[in-house]
Amino acid sequence: MEAIEVTGLRKTYQGREAVAGIDLVVARGEIFALLGPNGAGKTTTVEILEGHRRRNGGDVRVLGEDPGTAGRSWRSRIGIVLQDADDAADLTVTEMVRHVAGFYPEPRTADEVIELVGLTAKKTSKIRTLSGGQRRRVDVALGIVGRPELLFLDEPTTGFDPEARRQFWDLIRTLAGDGTTILLTTHYLDEAEALADRLAVLAGGQIVAEGTPATLGGRAAAGAKVSWQEGDRTRTEQLADPTELLRKLVADGADLRTLTVTRPTLEDTYLTLIGARK
Amino acid sequence: MRTVIARQIRMELVLTARRGEAVVLAMGVPLLVLLGAGLTHATNLPTDDRLGFVVPGVLALTVMSTAFTGQAITTGYERSYGVLKRLGASPLTRPGLLLAKTAAVLVQIVFQVLFLGLVGVVVGWRPELSHLLPAAGVTVLAAAGYSGLALLLASVLKPETTTGAATLIYVLMLSVGGIMFAAPDLGTAGWFLLPLAAHAEALRDTLSGGGSIPLSIWLALGAWAVVWLTAAARKFRWE
Ligand SMILES: Nc1ncnc2c1ncn2[C@@H]1O[C@H](COP(=O)(O)OP(=O)(O)OP(=O)(O)O)[C@@H](O)[C@H]1O
Ligand SMILES: [Mg+2]
Repeated sequence: MEAIEVTGLRKTYQGREAVAGIDLVVARGEIFALLGPNGAGKTTTVEILEGHRRRNGGDVRVLGEDPGTAGRSWRSRIGIVLQDADDAADLTVTEMVRHVAGFYPEPRTADEVIELVGLTAKKTSKIRTLSGGQRRRVDVALGIVGRPELLFLDEPTTGFDPEARRQFWDLIRTLAGDGTTILLTTHYLDEAEALADRLAVLAGGQIVAEGTPATLGGRAAAGAKVSWQEGDRTRTEQLADPTELLRKLVADGADLRTLTVTRPTLEDTYLTLIGARK
Repeated sequence: MRTVIARQIRMELVLTARRGEAVVLAMGVPLLVLLGAGLTHATNLPTDDRLGFVVPGVLALTVMSTAFTGQAITTGYERSYGVLKRLGASPLTRPGLLLAKTAAVLVQIVFQVLFLGLVGVVVGWRPELSHLLPAAGVTVLAAAGYSGLALLLASVLKPETTTGAATLIYVLMLSVGGIMFAAPDLGTAGWFLLPLAAHAEALRDTLSGGGSIPLSIWLALGAWAVVWLTAAARKFRWE
């Protein structure tokens, strides 16, 4: 059984369609990233899958159940990190984590998750006194404290410093290694590339491309751009397969210190996909 | 499910204790009314037993102030601060949260009513303790109804609007609810419109009068509890 199966998902807000018929399958144990510009419908989609919002149409199965009607035992099998769960509670980090841990049948200990998100030094601080990135880590701690089978992360690393982001990536890989299925949205393409087994690009409420980070949007077939210096001239060639040209350059004794071979980055592909829609 | 709700009740109480000053301040108005209207002749009352009239009214007022006004304002802000949404991401259910919030408010009310009741006794009120049980019964019903309405308002209005509406209703009820002055006589219908007046009357009948509570008051407060809690459970939103 797949972790998430969605067919024809639709959601309208005041007559405007925010999600316009999405099909999506996420396998168990997979890390799946949802990309897309602001307002594309990522949060709407994710929150419907979490049972936080009602849909207007389509068929949705998450861990085998319909999130719109699933009960408490289903909810204790999923973990959620909301996009905007900013919370000024008058509680310390440990109090909050321990409290939410108590809602799950087999939680991790508070100390363990606080350590996992790198907040040990702040565990006795009130949440409202934390910095934005630190509060975000509390969100992540609360999302994983219940040992979820399926973890939803809506822009989890917004506000993280680069080191915290790397630590978070390690954490996600560890969780995935233990068999946790992860659905993540992000605006950081390096993050998607580093973590995702598969990804989809959402724009205007529709999926415009889906694949692995290497193949998304025909990236693998897009070929390469070769450039090198000839005297004081820069030569550039765009080729489906650069092998022949490279062989020739080596044989001709070209100046290889200036040679570059670039393939489109995930960001290039993404921008092309988004641009093509406009 | 029971342990989840028990945990949430405890958390609500911890949070309440953290804003202890607010809880104490919330007793300021009832205390002033008790001393002002109970001990002086500042207002006209339909009876000569001023304390016997005023103290039960003040207890009823406190229940409304905590279960309705305080509950609505706190929950409204919790919602806008994202505290509730975060809880909504956990296995705590909507009815679970509503139940926990109502139970926590009841615990708070026990302390406040005990304190104000004691102040009343110190200044000369002599309650009929043998009638405590029905008095407690209507109090639970009243608090449940208030709490339901508070949670409903807090989840459909913006927090600032909730604060305004809750304060307005408090002041309205205080003026026409038969606490400092006699309530307008609207007959039985009045009990359904003015739960504060109904609750105060029930406490007077039992604690001050040593009598029983009219069926119409039981029905009125029971109806409030059922209607508002059901509405809240249906309409409540985490965000
Ligand atoms: N509660 C709401 N009421 C009305 N419209 C909404 C609501 N939530 C989202 N929308 C609209 O639906 C569309 C999709 O919003 P959504 O939050 O799903 O986008 P997103 O992809 O998560 O964007 P971002 O990257 O900025 O988080 C937007 O046009 C937004 O304005
Ligand atoms: Mg979003």
